Amino acid sequence: MSGPLIRVEDLHKSFGSKIVHNGVTFELEEGQTLTIIGGSGSGKSVLLKQIIGLIRPNSGHIFIDGEDITALDEFELQRVQMKMGYVFQEAALFDSLTVGENVAFGLRTIMEAEKQHALKIARQKLSMVGLQGVENLKPSQLSGGMKKRVGIARAIAMGPEILLYDEPTTGLDPVMSDVVSDLILKLKEESGTTAIAVTHDMKSAYKISDKIAMLFEGKILQIGSPEEIQNSSNAIVRQFIAGSSRGPIPVPRI
Amino acid sequence: MLTNENNPFLIAGRKILGAAQTCGEMVVLMRRTFYWMGRTPIDRFSLFYQMVEMGNRSLPVVSLTMIFAGMVIALQTGYSSIRVFNEPLFIGAAVGHSIFKELSPVFTAMVFSGRVGAAIAAELGTMKVTEQLDALHTLGTNPVRYLAVPRFIAAILVFPLLVVYADLMGVIGGYIVTTVQLRISSTVYIEDITGINLNVFMHGFWKSFVFALIIVVVSCYKGFTTKGGAEGVGKATTAAVVLSMVLVLVSDYFVSAILVAFGIG
Repeated sequence: MSGPLIRVEDLHKSFGSKIVHNGVTFELEEGQTLTIIGGSGSGKSVLLKQIIGLIRPNSGHIFIDGEDITALDEFELQRVQMKMGYVFQEAALFDSLTVGENVAFGLRTIMEAEKQHALKIARQKLSMVGLQGVENLKPSQLSGGMKKRVGIARAIAMGPEILLYDEPTTGLDPVMSDVVSDLILKLKEESGTTAIAVTHDMKSAYKISDKIAMLFEGKILQIGSPEEIQNSSNAIVRQFIAGSSRGPIPVPRI
Repeated sequence: MLTNENNPFLIAGRKILGAAQTCGEMVVLMRRTFYWMGRTPIDRFSLFYQMVEMGNRSLPVVSLTMIFAGMVIALQTGYSSIRVFNEPLFIGAAVGHSIFKELSPVFTAMVFSGRVGAAIAAELGTMKVTEQLDALHTLGTNPVRYLAVPRFIAAILVFPLLVVYADLMGVIGGYIVTTVQLRISSTVYIEDITGINLNVFMHGFWKSFVFALIIVVVSCYKGFTTKGGAEGVGKATTAAVVLSMVLVLVSDYFVSAILVAFGIG
């Protein structure tokens, strides 16, 4: 393959009168990890959902491996979605299934693997994320950190080329956040997966990213290496990464 | 002065457009369900589970409702005919006709929408707000195929059987009052019931398919289109039950008219 694995071109998305994306453009090479940072409600998760085809943009293009997914119908899109794994913010595990069945779900329904074979692979994937002996538990019996890791195991079960992480460390304690960040790095090193993560957690962003992009007012304000972002001269980027309430980013008055 | 907010024509127009859009989307959901039914191997375990959930667990409520419905019809008919004719007449016929044609399918539909329809809307609605439906998409599984199809088939298979069971319960209720309270020979009551034309029974039976379709489509639709968090799930569940009941009662007239026109009942 030549060229970037993921290319987003002039993406526009609005919900009613609220404009979420106003010309988002970026690209990502194979094997790289991009972290998208930005304030709450800036449209980071919406961007991720457009990349996997859960939400259709109003205009613009999203190329996955050279194929424009905005032009695909439901069935063609499903074929492209199989190249991707999605880790949801709250894990989105199926309540009615056990942990093992959750991880084996795609293998059973899409790859039509035998139940025992699928559960064996599920156990391997759970072991990769540091979870053993939990396959017979229900999601409600797991802690927040365990749910996140099961969500990651489910996303990697079918061996996707691209992984999309929606707030992978949000809601976790600092130690567990670091465990999840290490896991993302480990998956990248072991399988060379291309990844996009959206997060507010700058410590995790610096650790896992090859590139960081700041989304602000519907556009990518700056994209660069973690060092370039840390040393950014842009006042908005500097305020955001410093986590300060004083600066050009509009904040509610208290 | 009329503004966009208080103009009654605009408000009415928006409501009509909204209702038309809801109807259209429900028809689209039904079409997509039929599409996937023809292209998906049926998951027997899931279908069996749904049938048990819908059918078996509805039996106690249906039994109670229909026994008392049969009892009250027998009681009313008995005492009315005593006042008019000085003796209780045609009780079996009155119980049979009203139970088979109307009370059994309609009351069972009420129970079914309150128990099964609410459960479907709440379950799918919770899956929607917790992103489990999105998760299905990302795992290459269409939620209509995975969630709506087994519920749809189970409802279409189970509901008519429940209606037949409700017919039986209604007849038993009528029998109890006729023989115990009105002291009429059981032979007379049974002869009245068995003398009823099969078409009367089939009238209610055919209706039950339409009612099952309405309840399952409305409930799945309300579940799939849930918005917000826990409050949204509550609203979707209530809306599913209310809309199902209203559509069942409205369609009852039209389906009855069509069946009568075709000489069924």
